[in-house]
Amino acid sequence: MATVDETMDTRSAQAARAAQAGRSQIAETVNAGLGRRYRSERRFRAYGVLAIVLALSMLATLFVTIISKGYTAFWQNSLNFEVALPADVIDPQGTRDPKVLASANYLGLVRDALQAQFPEVDSRQERRALFAMLSDSAPYDLQDAVLDNPGAIGGTIKVRVSLDDDFDMLAKGHINADLPQDQRRLTDVQVAWFQSLEQRGMVEAHFNTALFTNGDSRQAESAGILGAVVGSLFVVAVTLALSFPIGVATAVYLEEFAPKNRFTDLIEVNINNLAAVPSIVFGLLGLAVFLQFFGLPRSAPLVGGLVLTLMTLPTIIIASRAALKSVPPSIREAALGLGASKLQMILHHVLPLAMPGMLTGTIIGMAQALGESAPLLMIGMVAFVVDIPNGPLDPATVLPVQIFLWADSPERAFVERTSAAIMVLLAFLVFMNAAAVWLRKRFERRW
Amino acid sequence: MLKKTLALAAVASVATVAIAGAAQARDQIRIVGSSTVYPFTTVVAENFGRGTGFKTPIIESTGTGGGFKLFCAGVGTDHPDFTNASRPIKKSEFETCAKNGVAEIVELRIGYDGLVMSNSKQAEPMTATRAQIFLALAKEIPVDGKWVANPNKKWSDVDASLPAIDIEVLGPPPTSGTRDSFVELALEVGCETFPEVKALDKAGHKEKCQSIREDGAFVEAGENDNLIVQKLDANPKAFGIFGFSFLDQNGDKLQGVNVEGVTPTFETIASGEYPVSRPLQIYAKKAHIGVIPGMKEFLAEYASDKAMGANGYLTDKGLVPLPADQAVKYRKNAVELVTMSAGDI
Repeated sequence: MATVDETMDTRSAQAARAAQAGRSQIAETVNAGLGRRYRSERRFRAYGVLAIVLALSMLATLFVTIISKGYTAFWQNSLNFEVALPADVIDPQGTRDPKVLASANYLGLVRDALQAQFPEVDSRQERRALFAMLSDSAPYDLQDAVLDNPGAIGGTIKVRVSLDDDFDMLAKGHINADLPQDQRRLTDVQVAWFQSLEQRGMVEAHFNTALFTNGDSRQAESAGILGAVVGSLFVVAVTLALSFPIGVATAVYLEEFAPKNRFTDLIEVNINNLAAVPSIVFGLLGLAVFLQFFGLPRSAPLVGGLVLTLMTLPTIIIASRAALKSVPPSIREAALGLGASKLQMILHHVLPLAMPGMLTGTIIGMAQALGESAPLLMIGMVAFVVDIPNGPLDPATVLPVQIFLWADSPERAFVERTSAAIMVLLAFLVFMNAAAVWLRKRFERRW
Repeated sequence: MLKKTLALAAVASVATVAIAGAAQARDQIRIVGSSTVYPFTTVVAENFGRGTGFKTPIIESTGTGGGFKLFCAGVGTDHPDFTNASRPIKKSEFETCAKNGVAEIVELRIGYDGLVMSNSKQAEPMTATRAQIFLALAKEIPVDGKWVANPNKKWSDVDASLPAIDIEVLGPPPTSGTRDSFVELALEVGCETFPEVKALDKAGHKEKCQSIREDGAFVEAGENDNLIVQKLDANPKAFGIFGFSFLDQNGDKLQGVNVEGVTPTFETIASGEYPVSRPLQIYAKKAHIGVIPGMKEFLAEYASDKAMGANGYLTDKGLVPLPADQAVKYRKNAVELVTMSAGDI
């Protein structure tokens, strides 16, 4: 027995030794590879960090270039001087009738006031060069000032009139005055005149209100984004009014009522595919259907909204269906168990719970629509529109289109305005995305 | 919620149909066409809107070809009233117009646009002939009587007088009117100086003289000329092709290539000395005059001395004015609404 025991003992000892040897062998192998595995994990993490750094640095570059190019567009230089308002020129009859006041020769008055600063300028050519300093909208600035303050007629009025964009660029340092004259758009004399006006304190830098209160213009100093912003608002309003109800109704039907069969599968596949269709295709569709078949007007925000509705619908439907899916079945069963009809169950319980997700999807869809320009090309919204649209049927453009048009303008002053318009568009988009995040955080429920 | 939703959707669709049903009366001029003429027409439109009681016209930038397509589609308020063009109307376009009822067209030539090749001020100015430009940019060039794929890598390969830098030219894509004009005014003229061209038939002539090389020496830089300006500023070895107004605005950064001994300036383009320049024009639909308010007045404003005259406000935007005799002729056309005939093309 003892021997047996002994042998068993030795056997088990052998086995234990062998196991230990095996373990230590495993440990050795593991230890040998451990360093490599740690290193590869560190490398993997480093790749991740690198990717983030790369993405952030690209974003930073974008912001830095746009902001550094565009921040100067938020202020503007104007001429601020006394203009004589002889009563016999403006209002010979002394009626102070606004109609009479509006038709006076303000161009002549502004020019006379500028000329008075430089009495030595008298040849026709020199005067032309001097008057180039005044913007085309300078007479209108004076006209507005006089209409606001008719009491000044007969005396003088201190008024701020717009400066031509080339001189504004000079004041902002975008035109180098040290270069030889033939390499810049302003002559030496013009630069000297301007500098002497600066010394006399007549050049005033102020916030560029025109950028936010005017429609488009080919004079950079009076060009603004208001027309485009209003156009964008109309387009987004039409898009929202159509795509949200249609999108939600589609999602509710597909998710809650539709039978599962080949036909609904086909619809589902098609909706998912539509989300990936390039937006210009929707523009072509809009041209064929809304303009050519229904005869709607070109360049109208209504048509833009209809086209963008088609574009954002898939996004909204997919997001809404995901939101409906995330409502747990227990809610539905409890509602039905308490005797609610299916419609009541959906309207009273499921929809309110799914609403934050649906709204998030909708806002992201709207942000997408706000930044879109390609499909609008087809329906004539890439256009020069000066008047601010009053309704969804008036011709209008949208912000991205305005950026596109300005980016293609030769004038130097439009470079900074393009960047400024991009900043405004980005601000809108950031605002909308922040609203989406806030809505999700505020109303989201976790189960 | 759902009831409201359904009601909203119903209201929206009814509204859409109702609007669609109503005939659209238009009291605003609509203009389409060339992106080269766009900066000039927009200025006129703005001044027209401000100076008269009429609404400011709406101007779309569709390209010359696209503009004629829309313009010639028919008569009626759904169709544009004017089209901008950076080349004269083609016979085929005139015929399409006539077929669709747009028989009476008034042509107003507004001025000239110089096409310039430019490089950065940091580089040496270059002088070239159109034959040299052809040798540098064509897809195939004649060598010892035979047509071979363009072997020139450096400008100095074309001619020893040119700098020893790689040929790199940024220019517009084939859809652009600027490209069409550059091919016609620079490359084709350069091409025709070679005796080998005489042996070619019409199709062969077109193929050899109008094809730009695709091996990377010519870079299609898109329609945005400001982008080309920025790229030239960053890369002094490259050249760019665009309209004169961009050179005019960026005189501190860029210099024009001297072609056939003439530097592109406002004066040399106006006098016709600078060879690579093209006429710009706007076409009006006579049938719309009297239907759309302000058309006659708009034409008069455009043709006026203060707009397209030698010292007009358009010259400030870089338009090169017409020589005096042409200006008189076209101004008369515009004011008296003289229509074109097929023989004019």
